[in-house]
Amino acid sequence: MSTSTNTVSTRTAGANTAGEVVLDVSDLSVAFPTEEGLVQAVSNLSYQARLGRTLAIVGESGSGKSVSSMAVLGLHNPKRTRITGSIKLDGLELVGAPASTFQKIRSTKAAMVFQDPQSSLHPFHKIGKQIAEAYQAHNKVSKQIAHKRAVEMLDLVGIPNPQRRANQYPHEFSGGMRQRAMIALGLVNNPKLLIADEPTTALDVTVQAQILDLVNDLQKEFGSAVILITHDLAVVAETADDILVMYAGRGVEKGSAKEVLAQPSMPYTYGLLQSLPSHSEDLDELKAIPGAPPSLLNLPSGCSFHPRCQFKDQVPGDACFTQLPEWRPTPGLSNREIRCHLADPVATLQLDEGAR
Amino acid sequence: MSDQTLLKVTDLQRHFPFREVQGLKMVRATVRAVDGISFTVKQGQTLGLVGESGCGKSTTSRLVTRLDEPTAGSIEFEGRDITHLKEHQLRGIRRDVQMIFQDPYSSLNPRHTVGSILTTPLKVHGLHKGKEKQRVQELLELVGLNPEHINRYPSEFSGGQRQRIGIARALAVEPKLIIADEPVSALDVSIQAQVMNLLAKLRDELDLAFIFVAHDLGVVRHFCDQVAVMYLGKIVEYGDKKKIYEAPEHPYTQALLSAAPDINVARGIAPKERIRLVGDVPSPIDPPSGCRFRTRCWKAQDVCAQQEPPLVAAEADISTRGRREGGLHLQACHFPEVKTDLVAEVEHSA
Repeated sequence: MSTSTNTVSTRTAGANTAGEVVLDVSDLSVAFPTEEGLVQAVSNLSYQARLGRTLAIVGESGSGKSVSSMAVLGLHNPKRTRITGSIKLDGLELVGAPASTFQKIRSTKAAMVFQDPQSSLHPFHKIGKQIAEAYQAHNKVSKQIAHKRAVEMLDLVGIPNPQRRANQYPHEFSGGMRQRAMIALGLVNNPKLLIADEPTTALDVTVQAQILDLVNDLQKEFGSAVILITHDLAVVAETADDILVMYAGRGVEKGSAKEVLAQPSMPYTYGLLQSLPSHSEDLDELKAIPGAPPSLLNLPSGCSFHPRCQFKDQVPGDACFTQLPEWRPTPGLSNREIRCHLADPVATLQLDEGAR
Repeated sequence: MSDQTLLKVTDLQRHFPFREVQGLKMVRATVRAVDGISFTVKQGQTLGLVGESGCGKSTTSRLVTRLDEPTAGSIEFEGRDITHLKEHQLRGIRRDVQMIFQDPYSSLNPRHTVGSILTTPLKVHGLHKGKEKQRVQELLELVGLNPEHINRYPSEFSGGQRQRIGIARALAVEPKLIIADEPVSALDVSIQAQVMNLLAKLRDELDLAFIFVAHDLGVVRHFCDQVAVMYLGKIVEYGDKKKIYEAPEHPYTQALLSAAPDINVARGIAPKERIRLVGDVPSPIDPPSGCRFRTRCWKAQDVCAQQEPPLVAAEADISTRGRREGGLHLQACHFPEVKTDLVAEVEHSA
């Protein structure tokens, strides 16, 4: 990057490389051996993140959305975690890579913004210093230049008075400001991939809207790939291009975010969308999914969702109970893949929606 | 639902004084958590309190349950003034007003069985003497849990099930009013709907009144009859749900509705207008003069800094007086203006 001029390099290359695959995860499994048994947190997960696009990974707690993303940055303790499969970041294989490889790619190729900005910034160090330190770790520049860069980054993420703010401590920032500083910290080395793990869950509604707008704007400017991990489907609706829905450690539906939310074709996605109350209409009763997500210590046989699925009777034989559904394109929809045994899920779900 | 007023809150205030060291001086300061709010809840009615963190919604619920004593103002329950009652005088109120908490993990004692958690309120109030176990099993069944699980510990239940135990505990003493402070926000999306449906069912069956504190506008619209929008310890808009959501007049309500992501956007129904607020909520220690929202408001003028706008009948109600539909709608803004296009319009194919 152009350290000589000390300007925030707004990568315009985004335009001609947009759509290029930055992160290619295939057949990823993450398991944690515990005293009670093996916790199968992620099983055979595959997805890709592309430059200039936002991929939303959606699921409930325990669905493996955070665990799989932490594997990308090598944040699991290798002694206590079993990771198999492949994670290719910009062509570099990360599964089984040594700690030194992860040190190099963190911040330069991939960065992460966590849910709670209060606990992910160091309370004893000034904001500016923390950002400058991350810049100096990967660029041989003087302290002054690194500090200048930190101030520019704070300005870029919309922090007023960045010169003064850089010399303040995290506790002097409000929640929204802290999350902006976290984003500045994540982007300081121009990573190709930004993983945002529930970036707005701890924030108020009006501040959440500001942060989501900021992430969208920065993505346009930097042209990087963004992975947005969230449980909030409404946030996905307003920000993401692509979506991957996870359930019990597996992907169950993927496609264009707008299309999936407008017309889900897998019973779990459908159930989730049906169960949401909206602030723009009145409903008599919410259509809840019965039961609770399964324990990762003891996953159900066949399709993990079958104990809660209301459509399993419509699949001939006992496929739902015994066979794990493989990824396949949804019949009748383009650019959509699901893991479901239903012969014609679109028609089945439409029929159900009409009947209600 | 009857017309009987259950709870009447008038000009309620709660200030928390504290001392702060500034340089070499000790300075006295006050957090004005709740600063003069009034509302009523009728029997069987549900009032939603919405607002961002620090607006005083949780303090209000603690005051109404008398877990905390107000600095000024009054709380009347069934016509009786309970504002400054002593602990021993509150016995009856404790039975009539119950609370459901946000976090089902920390609100149940991990060392007590479900049976013991649910029997305690019965013993305290001397209810169902000799038949406590039977009543506990009834309660478990009422909230959709297996009555045979009476001897299990909270750790053996999932988050959604624990919240059901919390609900059963609140119902044990047959209350008239339940204060639910963010009862579903700690739960997974697919479980939230189950608990919401359970609460709605119980409300209808037992004719309960609710004060429902939440930040999720979708959940509030689904569950409440009336909504009070709070900002920095004040109510800025208060009225029937339909008016607040479909014809809000206060700029803060409008911004809140506009900022909340809505799932209908994905279904191709976009709201027509977007309002984005700048900055954060100011500190309640030294709130802005006049209208508290003026520092973030796009309509703010000089008068907003000088005069505090009172909570008065909404503009639309005044201009159409005589032929208005009726129903409650109050707002506190110097320049109210109806906006009807902030939430997506959903066409219903009856």
